Amino acid sequence: MNFLLSEDQLAFVAAIEDLLRDRCDAQQVHRIFDVEGEARFDAGLWAGLVEMGLPAIFVPEDRGGLGLGMVDLAIVAELLGTYAAPVPWFGHALATVAITLGGSDAQKAQWLPRLAAGEVLATVAFGEGGGAWFPDQWQLVATGGLSGRKMLVPNAAEADLIVVGVAEGLALVEKGAAYRTERVDSGDRTRPVDTLSFDGAAAELLADGMAARDRLADAAAVLLAADAFGGAERCVKMSVDYAGMREQYGQPVAAFQGLRYQLVAMALATEPGRGLYWYAAHAWDALPEKAAHAAAQAKAHLTDTYLQITRDTVEAHGGIGFTWEHDTHIYMKRAMLDWAWMGSPSRHRLRAADLAGW
Amino acid sequence: MELGFGAEYDSFRQEVRDFIAGHWPPADGDLKSREHERAFVIAAIERGYLHRAIPKRFGGSEQEPDIGKAEIIREELTRARAPAGRIPGNGLVVPTLLEWGTEEQKARFIAPTLRGDIVWAQGFSEPNAGSDLAALRTRAELVGDRWIINGQKIWTTHAHKATHMFCLVRTEPDASKHGGISYLLVDIRQPGVTVRPLIQMTRQKEFNEVFFDNAETPADMLVGERGKGWNVTRSTLKHERSGIATMTWSLSMFRDLVKLAKEVERDGRPAIKDPRIREELAAIEGELMSLTYSTYRATSHDMHGRDIGWFQTMPKLYMTELAGRIAKLARDIVEDDFTDMGGARLKWIERFMISLSMSIAGGTSNIQRNIIAERSLGLPRDKVQGAGA
Repeated sequence: MNFLLSEDQLAFVAAIEDLLRDRCDAQQVHRIFDVEGEARFDAGLWAGLVEMGLPAIFVPEDRGGLGLGMVDLAIVAELLGTYAAPVPWFGHALATVAITLGGSDAQKAQWLPRLAAGEVLATVAFGEGGGAWFPDQWQLVATGGLSGRKMLVPNAAEADLIVVGVAEGLALVEKGAAYRTERVDSGDRTRPVDTLSFDGAAAELLADGMAARDRLADAAAVLLAADAFGGAERCVKMSVDYAGMREQYGQPVAAFQGLRYQLVAMALATEPGRGLYWYAAHAWDALPEKAAHAAAQAKAHLTDTYLQITRDTVEAHGGIGFTWEHDTHIYMKRAMLDWAWMGSPSRHRLRAADLAGW
Repeated sequence: MELGFGAEYDSFRQEVRDFIAGHWPPADGDLKSREHERAFVIAAIERGYLHRAIPKRFGGSEQEPDIGKAEIIREELTRARAPAGRIPGNGLVVPTLLEWGTEEQKARFIAPTLRGDIVWAQGFSEPNAGSDLAALRTRAELVGDRWIINGQKIWTTHAHKATHMFCLVRTEPDASKHGGISYLLVDIRQPGVTVRPLIQMTRQKEFNEVFFDNAETPADMLVGERGKGWNVTRSTLKHERSGIATMTWSLSMFRDLVKLAKEVERDGRPAIKDPRIREELAAIEGELMSLTYSTYRATSHDMHGRDIGWFQTMPKLYMTELAGRIAKLARDIVEDDFTDMGGARLKWIERFMISLSMSIAGGTSNIQRNIIAERSLGLPRDKVQGAGA
């Protein structure tokens, strides 16, 4: 049985992890998190990750990319989740998926090489508020100029190119078009989001956007699930490590069965989720009839779990876990965004039920 | 990444299928015949399909370890509902005999056990020695060339069907708790042994109390050294186990649950259309998919010699909790029929209870938690008694 990562994939994530360990330690994340004013990303770290090819993963080789698949994107998403990396990768990666799937030859030629090289920063705009995240709920219309609002758009203020989900499919909007961004005072300051207000903005439809948009929404769900797994697992490990270190009544608190069983429950809720997000990514790549259902299940289960695990992590740490200086709240706020972005677990479960034909 | 075993296993699967088709079901269609079952098992051993880790001279088929092949054989046998040569206690005693038994014990017991001619019960637990197994008190005294055994075992699965028992007994009353225990083989079809079935809360009979009243077994039925029985029990079942079989069991229970939710009407529509039922069903499916694909991952890692990581110790507890969640949703679906032991939903009432036995048998859930804490999370050993000692 070969349900496992290839040697190349293992080497790729190991190299990225080396960089993250070096340049995205907890102190650095706190520094970025605590910048006064509007949240922003870590430009130095992003440059390093660009150099390693992170924006190029999904871009076809003949467009200057690595020509890899959803599994490769997902294992990278896991790592960025593990380190709570403050970089604009999520929206950018989804934009590469959108254009690769839905772009005309000319659109691919125009954008993909520059997206792969990180010369152009891109993002995606899906949500229209009130839980309207899925393509069949998109009301905005591109034809004749794009007007209306998109919510929680990752790094819209910094983006040079925005892939906007619209009633006709997917539309490209370039920086300088008629739109305003307003940075949301979002909990997760590692991945800033904006409210986008279009006012008759020039928008170019992707040639096959209608066919690509459901796949793109599934891709978003898979990558959020992978981020959630990485973050949740890091929280469990942090809690386990702390329990071994912290002493009370003359012994490490890990010796107390009550806490041990809490830690076990956290690990048990988290670790098996790895198989689920792997499967969802694999299904996206290779099992088209299963992909939407698997993505919905992975998004629901992993983001639900992640948020709960961050609560448990506070409990496992006691007072220090409740403070701003501790790492837990950074993960909790990432978990909040993973939970909310693309729709709540409850919505995804009901969607999975529909897709299962129940 | 792929979910199957890869093309190199396709021809093996076909071979196994062809073999089974030629042997099962038997020509006369009698699926219950013990003789047919025996003949099939013997043929499958000769072909190298069953008892693959056991040397040929002891009646096994002595194959190179290959989880992929073992899993394909299991799948194909299950598909054809053919005998798999598995009797619960037998699978536990054979590896122990291979590791610790004398040549004579191996020659005498292993082959008949593999063929199912000898059926073993496990005599470990006692009324006051459950999770703390080493507290056991059943004693055996060597008188001349025979061990004389007195005491009581409990939770002895299928003892009423067994011919023999492998058991732990206290032979060195003055030694330490763990150091006074020996591992004995006993023929339980003798006057000194009384087997009394215990009726489970489901009304079924699977396990028993076994009383020893001056029961006897020859001196050479000792496995390993005197007083070293605790070590003997720790010989691990190091063979081709993938966990896929247990996962398949959860999958089939879930499929039944979906069927139930479609069948049962509540408030004028099938229960499955109720958003609350629907959402819980999907949540359970999410956990089941986690178990399923992590099991595939674990099996793949095992086959490729990679470390499975934390998941290694988790399947039993995960499945126990999942089975409880499935049983409780079934309860919510059948609602009014939930108390009717004579009604159409008895199967689900039984499952509501049987799912609990998983939290006890084969290491309680709290023992599983200790194992996860120590072996996966690397937490310090419990001060009083470490996991599974």
